[in-house]
Amino acid sequence: MNELRAQLREWRDAVHKRLPPWWSRPLAGLFIVIGIVLPFLFPPASGFMNATIIAVAYAVMSLGLNVVVGFAGLLDLGYVAFYALGAYSLGWFGSGFFFNEHVHVLVSPVASTLPGIHLNFILILIAAAIICAVAGTLIGLPTLRLRGDYIAIVTLAFGEVIGVLAVNGQSVPVGGGMTLTAGNLGISAVDAPYFPGVGVFGLLDLRPWYWLIFAILLVVLFVNLRLRDSRLGRAWVALREDEVAAVSMGIPAVKTKLLAYSIGAAFGGMAGAFLGTYYTEVNAGQFQFGFSIFILAMVIIGGLGSIWGALVGGLALGYINHYLIPDVLNDLPAKFGLHFQLTQVEFGIFGFLLVIMMVLRPQGLIPERRRRLELTAEIAAEDAQLVEGRGTVGGAT
Amino acid sequence: MSAVEVPAPPAAAVLRAEHVTKEFGGLVAVEDVSLDVPQYSIVSLIGPNGAGKTTLFNVLTGLNRPTKGTILLGERDITRKRADVITASGVARTFQNIRLFGAMTAVENVMIGRNARMRAGLFGSIIRPPWVRREEQETRTRARELLAYVGLREAVFDRLAAHLSYGDQRRVEIARALASEPKVLLLDEPTAGMNPQESRALTEFMRKVRDELKLTILLIEHDMKVVMGVSERVTVLDYGRKIAEGAPAEVRAHPRVIEAYLGKQE
Repeated sequence: MNELRAQLREWRDAVHKRLPPWWSRPLAGLFIVIGIVLPFLFPPASGFMNATIIAVAYAVMSLGLNVVVGFAGLLDLGYVAFYALGAYSLGWFGSGFFFNEHVHVLVSPVASTLPGIHLNFILILIAAAIICAVAGTLIGLPTLRLRGDYIAIVTLAFGEVIGVLAVNGQSVPVGGGMTLTAGNLGISAVDAPYFPGVGVFGLLDLRPWYWLIFAILLVVLFVNLRLRDSRLGRAWVALREDEVAAVSMGIPAVKTKLLAYSIGAAFGGMAGAFLGTYYTEVNAGQFQFGFSIFILAMVIIGGLGSIWGALVGGLALGYINHYLIPDVLNDLPAKFGLHFQLTQVEFGIFGFLLVIMMVLRPQGLIPERRRRLELTAEIAAEDAQLVEGRGTVGGAT
Repeated sequence: MSAVEVPAPPAAAVLRAEHVTKEFGGLVAVEDVSLDVPQYSIVSLIGPNGAGKTTLFNVLTGLNRPTKGTILLGERDITRKRADVITASGVARTFQNIRLFGAMTAVENVMIGRNARMRAGLFGSIIRPPWVRREEQETRTRARELLAYVGLREAVFDRLAAHLSYGDQRRVEIARALASEPKVLLLDEPTAGMNPQESRALTEFMRKVRDELKLTILLIEHDMKVVMGVSERVTVLDYGRKIAEGAPAEVRAHPRVIEAYLGKQE
């Protein structure tokens, strides 16, 4: 096993040596082209396309949470709050929910005749990002002075508060007989994205939806990559490693953590706004605590702190949750004569996957470079110790 | 500003602590200590274990806030400033138990030290305009220069800090502190765990740094050879109080110091 691993590493290094230093750019270009062409290989309204769109949206959230948990080391157990705020941004600014208002900015001809606030989806996306970043700053300002586990507890509570607020918002008046949310009834008939020249996105052709979320993913990926290799990215790692030393080296702890938290929040909000319009309703029932853990599982399975890991983790769990379990393997228990469907035990399956991952590959699918270096060095040190130990035993006998 | 300008004495204190007291609950770790660190000097802080030396360092660098007293950096009052603000205004330190960022390379560690001197913010980092690229490049170059300056072999520049030898880790820590371009450098037991040759080399290095980089050094030290060899002034703490202060020879002969180190003569 170890020999195999060493052989693989050797090959990888050999490949790296032969590639020119600019190899990553054409490779990235190739992936982008594949990503754009991909939907032409599938029927425009298939279950697989549907799963792909949701999986990419999950990957966006996973990348957002990775900034908070992976880069800055702040365990956030209430990430669903930003999904909720993003989705409600869409509900508020892209539907007839605030029926007394009449605001229309760059929306489809149909939507511009309806009551309510109707903004173009891009504007909603920006609004969602800003609302979530501000909310992240507000909740972060008092709590990011705390350390470690306490942050986890406070963010957990924040997620619950937003969830309860979403349910009870239907009794919170905001004037003119309008309420803050529609609770478990949901804000329905939200606007589908509309772009001049493209038209309104429909549910019979899912390709435009895919391209839209793919574009969002590219933006989020770009921001992630740029931040990782920057002054800010280094400061996050330093704070994660040793806060006292980092502060002594001139890194403002609260401000730097706040930036991580707000950026993560903004990405969550963008994915939330997209999923809001894609699901065509914003329902308080969507924003459960379990979803926070689900996103966290994506980050951990992918490899904490690793951008490509978060991407792969998000896509993998997205596909498993929305394609593999419900579409492909759902009847599996029935074939064995068991009277349940696989969707009924999906959280059990995720728990099982997480345990398997932690046993077999605790560093995640695509571990971050730093962690990989650390782990391999630790293993090497252990091996050396073992060999040494054996040597002395041999010498004694 | 006073109406009458008093001409500054030739060796003005660049760092000054006035009647600093630090209590933790009921425990008084540092009691009414005043300390002057003249510009371009090397001052040692000595005392038995638990005398409050490191606590005083923590107070000076803003990791702990003093219960009472004032700390001045030049003319500026830095008493209740945050640690990162104090670092930015020109005080850098190393730690007794080395505190490098283990998962970062030696170069990256030193780059962190320059954090306070960099300007790239959130949008600068994302958009990465030419000035940010240049700043990043300059920081990297400067970090490598500093590592060479403290005597690290180039072969280990890109190795993770956690994998460096003990002596190299000490070097990286000093380079990281120097990267923030401090006026005052605080070294907490820099020779701990070093053999006599290494200690001597470090003593030489401290002088060199002081002269070449024009800075002031305050160090905590247990090795009396180093203390007597390098420092112009020595301050002795015992049970949180200052018991003696002066030139190394004076302090060595001071009865209270002998008592603190060796116990009272019967």
